[in-house]
Amino acid sequence: MTVPDPHRSHHDMGGLPAAAVVPVEHDYAIWEKRVDALLVLLSNRKEPLVSVDELRRNIESLGIEAYDRMTYYERWIFAISQTLIQRGVITVDELGRRIEQVSLRDPEHD
Amino acid sequence: MTESSTVRFHAGDRVRVRTAYSIGHVRTPYYVRGKSGVIERVCGSFPNPEELAYARAGLPPLPLYRVRFLQRELWTDYAGHPADTLEAEIYQHWLQAEDAPR
Amino acid sequence: MSGNHDQDDTLTYYQAMESAVRELLIEKGVLTAGDVRRQVEAMDARGPQDGATLVARAWVDTAFKQRMLKDGSAAARELGLEIGPLKLIVVENTAEVHNVIVCTLCSCYPRMLLGLPPDWYKSRSYRSRAVREPRAVLAEFGTVIPADCQVRVHDSTADMRYLVLPRRPAGTERLSEAELAMLVTRDNMIGVSLVEI
Repeated sequence: MTVPDPHRSHHDMGGLPAAAVVPVEHDYAIWEKRVDALLVLLSNRKEPLVSVDELRRNIESLGIEAYDRMTYYERWIFAISQTLIQRGVITVDELGRRIEQVSLRDPEHD
Repeated sequence: MTESSTVRFHAGDRVRVRTAYSIGHVRTPYYVRGKSGVIERVCGSFPNPEELAYARAGLPPLPLYRVRFLQRELWTDYAGHPADTLEAEIYQHWLQAEDAPR
Repeated sequence: MSGNHDQDDTLTYYQAMESAVRELLIEKGVLTAGDVRRQVEAMDARGPQDGATLVARAWVDTAFKQRMLKDGSAAARELGLEIGPLKLIVVENTAEVHNVIVCTLCSCYPRMLLGLPPDWYKSRSYRSRAVREPRAVLAEFGTVIPADCQVRVHDSTADMRYLVLPRRPAGTERLSEAELAMLVTRDNMIGVSLVEI
């Protein structure tokens, strides 16, 4: 088993071996577009509540398995939430309770 | 109003990327650490992303440069043309003057 | 407007997180549902057309091209394009140099000119290999750069964003500027393919 180089963060992947590029793309789901919208609205305002730098730092803090397993916008919503908690805009408790409530709702009712 | 840091380098200067390795949010990729290149242009001065990442102001703004590297000097097994290059934006505090002539 | 839930119609954990965060922010008065909807629509409307507009103008107007190569953002604003805080650098493909853009550290991309980046641009494969074996990666897109043409990779590591000015194909002399813009694709402006008629 190769030991990861402690000098190199997992996201810092330029030059590492990887598979052939598969030129695929998918149409973004509405929830993904809303994640993107949240980042723009929170960062591009007179008093930003999230910066792209905090977004990136929080994404980079994900462990290797999580980083690789999560999709792009899953990493984003994780990092947005993490930043809002760090900044005191939302609390861990508020977020947890609301995720639970949302999950219990009828999925067809948006 | 905070002043920008002094712009140390100019287009055409040879520079080397420092080989420091820290934790935290860094925008200098691993693969250019310790490598030597030429300043292609001065991009301007911007707040330090290493500080912005922690919701700090990152001031005073730091000079940012585009540095051009020869691919064959970045990768020992580079398989393309010997003239192929790579350009990356590097913040001033990651660069030191490179005095060795080409 | 119905949500796109996953196949068995239940929310994934992260989809639920998005809903939760959005609702909390609305309740706290940070933003409104209308803000979110409008931003989604604005991004939906963004594709590569503004980038293509810049390219076509540069092809027909050499003085504009020179201004654009010197200051990409100023040139975009000159054409009335809405680019926000984008700091744009345009790099020109010539017979001697072929440019290709990547962001190895995350997925930086000139969204205001090209829309949202495709999955492959954000993939491990592209981010890892475009800097080290660009010619092989270009070949995976069906693009072969002659051995006597330099390949130049741009890694968007900081505040600047990049657009490739592709070469104008031969046989397009009679086309109008609007017709030229229609030839230019997103992939041409990332640098992974050449403009075709």
